[in-house]
Amino acid sequence: MGRRNVIQAVYTAATNGYAVGFVKGRIYRGPLKRICVPGLNCYSCPGALGACPIGALQAVIGSRQYQFSLFIAGFFMMVGAVCGRFVCGYLCPFGLVQDLLHKIPLRRKVRHFPADRALRHVKYGVLGVFVILLPMTLTTFGIGKPWFCQYICPSGTLFAGIPLAITNEAIRAGLGGMFAWKTFVLIALAYLAVIIYRPFCKYLCPLGAVYAVFNKAAFVRMECDEEACSRCGACAKACGMGCKPFSDPNDMECVRCGDCVRACGRGALKVRTAWTARSRSEEDNNATP
Amino acid sequence: MSNRKKRLFPERAAPLLFAAGAALAALGVWRGEINTLFVKAITVCLECVGLG
Repeated sequence: MGRRNVIQAVYTAATNGYAVGFVKGRIYRGPLKRICVPGLNCYSCPGALGACPIGALQAVIGSRQYQFSLFIAGFFMMVGAVCGRFVCGYLCPFGLVQDLLHKIPLRRKVRHFPADRALRHVKYGVLGVFVILLPMTLTTFGIGKPWFCQYICPSGTLFAGIPLAITNEAIRAGLGGMFAWKTFVLIALAYLAVIIYRPFCKYLCPLGAVYAVFNKAAFVRMECDEEACSRCGACAKACGMGCKPFSDPNDMECVRCGDCVRACGRGALKVRTAWTARSRSEEDNNATP
Repeated sequence: MSNRKKRLFPERAAPLLFAAGAALAALGVWRGEINTLFVKAITVCLECVGLG
């Protein structure tokens, strides 16, 4: 495990630290559940101390009182403005699971295939349709279902469904076709994660779709020194997400894992903040005759 | 010149986006969205688990 995986693991343990829940098959009901965590983290995970922002968005949109959640929209803007998809790279439990699965040396890894770029757009559709449109419009007595959680979310199955099914007899007794479907989705994505780097993040995750929009504007960002860069492509080769950091260091697909920074032999790629990037550009402008 | 254009937008957007986000979040808290969120978060979500 690399340094990033350790950070991911520590973060996952810290935000899912309600150990009693795993033992007794129940969830945490304390005041911290009012606070959203930045990553995809099911609030029905027995250990979860905070709320999942995608689950929370669907809950508010699908409620009788509200058509949309200003709180979650604002939360996304704040987190996105600070770090964009850094959340995906460092602060998402399901991202960690996929990273670890991809380390399994079972078979040859697939880096590129013809539909890859087109499939990247599916996550925006998942966000628009399953997270916003369906909970907003298909309602029963004014209440909409969390469609993404119900039919797609593999994180919910892994961190909530399976632990609760093991430890809670009442939940175990109620399992049926829907749990079978969600388990199938989870197994399919886990298998794909062994051969393709982070398939859920690339193609399906609505939270990644939200943060991707902020990647170019985020306070924490990548920067490529064009004078130092030889355009050798070592960074692109190292990037699991299929980005070309030398030409677009803040690509919407970049999860800020930093593999490109380590791969660059010339030190051309750096993680910067808006303030350091600004002072650099001001220096550049002053130096230009 | 083109590089400067690429840098200008992000440099100025982050604080504005953060401030706008904070204002939206505060509005959401003010109109009581947190209670709806909290009620959902402290109940086992049957859809998430695979029972719904």
